[in-house]
Amino acid sequence: MTEQPETLEIRSGQHLVFVRQAVRAKAEQLKLRLVDQTRIVTAASELARNTLEHGGGGMVTIQIVENGTHRGLRLKFEDKGPGIADIDLAMKEGYSTGTGLGLGLSGSKRLVNEFQISSRVGEGTEVTVIKWKS
Amino acid sequence: MEKIPILKIGDFLLVTIQVDMHDRLALALQDDLAARIVVSGARGVLIDISALEIVDSFIGRMLGNIAAISSILDAATVVVGMRPAVAITLVELGISLNRVRTALNVEKGLELLRRILEPQEYHYQ
Repeated sequence: MTEQPETLEIRSGQHLVFVRQAVRAKAEQLKLRLVDQTRIVTAASELARNTLEHGGGGMVTIQIVENGTHRGLRLKFEDKGPGIADIDLAMKEGYSTGTGLGLGLSGSKRLVNEFQISSRVGEGTEVTVIKWKS
Repeated sequence: MEKIPILKIGDFLLVTIQVDMHDRLALALQDDLAARIVVSGARGVLIDISALEIVDSFIGRMLGNIAAISSILDAATVVVGMRPAVAITLVELGISLNRVRTALNVEKGLELLRRILEPQEYHYQ
């Protein structure tokens, strides 16, 4: 049985709060350990802020997924912003084009089990992360 | 607009963050606190984050900024009450908060502030 995905838009600072709350609710529903709930909500906050600040806004799709006996929480962030020319550079620790600490992408990757990023210049960026229930 | 309340207790200011702050609210707190330090002549600031379920890089940066600003305004800042899961996640995210003093709870934070400030007071007497 697959669960219905939930899609939220990311267009303002207030939306970041809604994204954190929605991810927290799904993580609780999945009964992730408290520290894993904290990790995935924190990663969601970082990635949603990237979508807002660098992607010019976009959306996130939150879904509980299954892989054999494993269940996990998958978050897909999409924007139609300027895209990232050099993903390797963007993933580098401390690299930042914005006002942040440059930990958004590299830091988020450490908080999840799976991390995928694809981007096309002028078309947008898509980041998908999964936290598996341990 | 909603605001985070800042309480004055003797020479200290106490801020208890009880909501999931959106970015603008966090920035407003930074400004309000700087103004209150100057107006009140407070020597110490305690920020209680025990209600916060996460601290991301934005809030981490805000805590660092508050500590730096208050230091320039001659006040010490102590962040208290961080949850264990939040501490673990912050370190994994790559934020060490190494320029921010921390204590386990408000009581220990007050003790720490008094210890930081006492030697200076002797000096001036």
